[in-house]
Amino acid sequence: MLKDKDRIFQNLYNDLGSDVSSSQKRGDWVNTKEIINKGRDWVINEIKDSQLRGRGGAGFPTGLKWSFAPKEVGSRPHYLVINGDESEPGTCKDRDILRFEPHKLIEGCLIASYAVQAHVCYIYIRGEYFIDGQKLQKAIDEAYEKNLIGKNASGTGWDLDIYIHYGAGAYICGEETALLESIEGNKGQPRLKPPFPALIGLYGCPTIINNVETIAVVPTILRRGGKWFASLGREKNTGTKIFCISGNVNNPCNVEEEMNIPLKELIEVHAGGVIGGWDNLQAVIPGGSSMPLIPKDKCESLTMDFDSLVAEKSGLGTAGIVVINKDQDIIKCMARIARFYKHESCGQCTPCREGSGWMWRMLERMAKGEASKDEVDMLGDVTKQIEGHTICAFGEGSSWPVQGLLRHFSEEIKKRNKFDPIIKKDKNIPYLVDQHLLDKNA
Amino acid sequence: MSLKRPAQDQPEIFEFNSSSLEAAKSIISNYPKGKQQSAVMALLYIAQRQNNNWIPLAAMKYIAKFLDMPYIKVYEVATFYSMYNLSPVGDYFIQVCTTTPCMIRGAGKLVEACKEKISKNERELTNGKNCSWMEVECLGACVNAPMMQINDDYYEDLDKEKTLKILDKILKGETPKPGSYRGRVNNEPENNRKTLMEFKNVER
Repeated sequence: MLKDKDRIFQNLYNDLGSDVSSSQKRGDWVNTKEIINKGRDWVINEIKDSQLRGRGGAGFPTGLKWSFAPKEVGSRPHYLVINGDESEPGTCKDRDILRFEPHKLIEGCLIASYAVQAHVCYIYIRGEYFIDGQKLQKAIDEAYEKNLIGKNASGTGWDLDIYIHYGAGAYICGEETALLESIEGNKGQPRLKPPFPALIGLYGCPTIINNVETIAVVPTILRRGGKWFASLGREKNTGTKIFCISGNVNNPCNVEEEMNIPLKELIEVHAGGVIGGWDNLQAVIPGGSSMPLIPKDKCESLTMDFDSLVAEKSGLGTAGIVVINKDQDIIKCMARIARFYKHESCGQCTPCREGSGWMWRMLERMAKGEASKDEVDMLGDVTKQIEGHTICAFGEGSSWPVQGLLRHFSEEIKKRNKFDPIIKKDKNIPYLVDQHLLDKNA
Repeated sequence: MSLKRPAQDQPEIFEFNSSSLEAAKSIISNYPKGKQQSAVMALLYIAQRQNNNWIPLAAMKYIAKFLDMPYIKVYEVATFYSMYNLSPVGDYFIQVCTTTPCMIRGAGKLVEACKEKISKNERELTNGKNCSWMEVECLGACVNAPMMQINDDYYEDLDKEKTLKILDKILKGETPKPGSYRGRVNNEPENNRKTLMEFKNVER
């Protein structure tokens, strides 16, 4: 288990209070000026050394992302945008940062803004987190009052304004370009990339977009050194991460742990074990609903980091772990996730808009045992038609969980769905034709 | 994609009152000059708050003029995002999360409770009740599942019995206390905490 002194979010459970003075006691805002005085290149290099990867799901190296911002500010100002549109089912880590560790986030905003030369930072928070957003606003007001941000923020000579922008219940706005569209006052429909936001983003200006957790860990990394952060976890998967363990466990919780921690330890030690015992485990969704599920036999030895989960054909995503035990109907669980994606598709690309509905309807039929045998393969086919054929990664996000189900539980589906509409002697006719109409004996 | 329809009965006119006007102006100042369109989402919220939890078409037209943007763009935004109510929902709007993490911990029972106490169908204001309910997608409090949102507040760690009690209070016009209904503290593992123990129950 990670030592308490190495935990970045000391106030994860709000034991100590989230206001500025208690945050300062925990070490926030202590030597911000010295850190910034070391210069832009030092900050970016230190983040590169720490091998910090984005905590929003894709796991892109943060230092590299910052270095994409133009070196000189031209006629267009730079922007920093913080993505707090946490809507991935199974994930609730950013909410705790917004309400209990807001000053880590705000200080991170100042340092990141300085590193990418932005004077304005927008924090995009999902509309449902209104109360938590108010708490962050209070913290921002405190920071302005103490001149930690604003003109000549923290005495560094850098000006920074931070504004909160509330979303309004669209999952897709967690996609970075959809988020920019949303801030600009449009429907949240993703843009084509390239051009990448680092060059043409918000209002057509260079924009760096980072997740809340990514930015909130930055001040601590710079204080304790990139080497310290890199010493936790393993190569390319360094540092700590807030894991959200939900579903059929005895004590669902958020906990900050080292990367590469065994999944079994997270579930058994922190979350109090699976309801009904470890043997009652059916499957685990390791990184929020868009990541393919992992069946029990692989959960025994699984470690939680970006690369080891990719090796299992899944992903760490947002580290929202959903535990599903044997009392649940796994097909129904996935059908519900498919319904989520059907509801949240923005409707811009046809494969996703139509395909997400197809997947949902087919899975609902399969859960009831009303689908035909061939539909199992057809469903796999549909997922392949969506994946990679859409503007943003929503296509992958909606089809991967279904692929995961088919990969590990196709026997279960086939056992339940025995209906075979095809007349055997006319087997050469494709399954889409209503074959019973061709029955000569009818 | 989800279908949203504006209400049948629409008021003729809508105008911001003085406090809304002040809030709107301060929001617009958050964005660069000439980019006042960015404020449309916030202004729709302000209109919704002012107009008893829903947005009439007249408000969208008013906001379009206010921000100097085409009405259709405001309409687009109001229909795209799910948190803008385009028809009346009552003083208390109950949203039950039923996405998988909540579902497997019994969100179906919460829906049952709403059906028993409020109305059979979602988004329905019946018998002069002060509230309506609907199923929504993940509200981002998965470790506190099952949960629901009433107006701005989260009600967490529920079961059917607790939900019925909350709904009873609401029907009487009282606002129940938000937060966990199993007495747990925020997102910590209940009775099983292993981390940051030196801070637990620390005097502030």
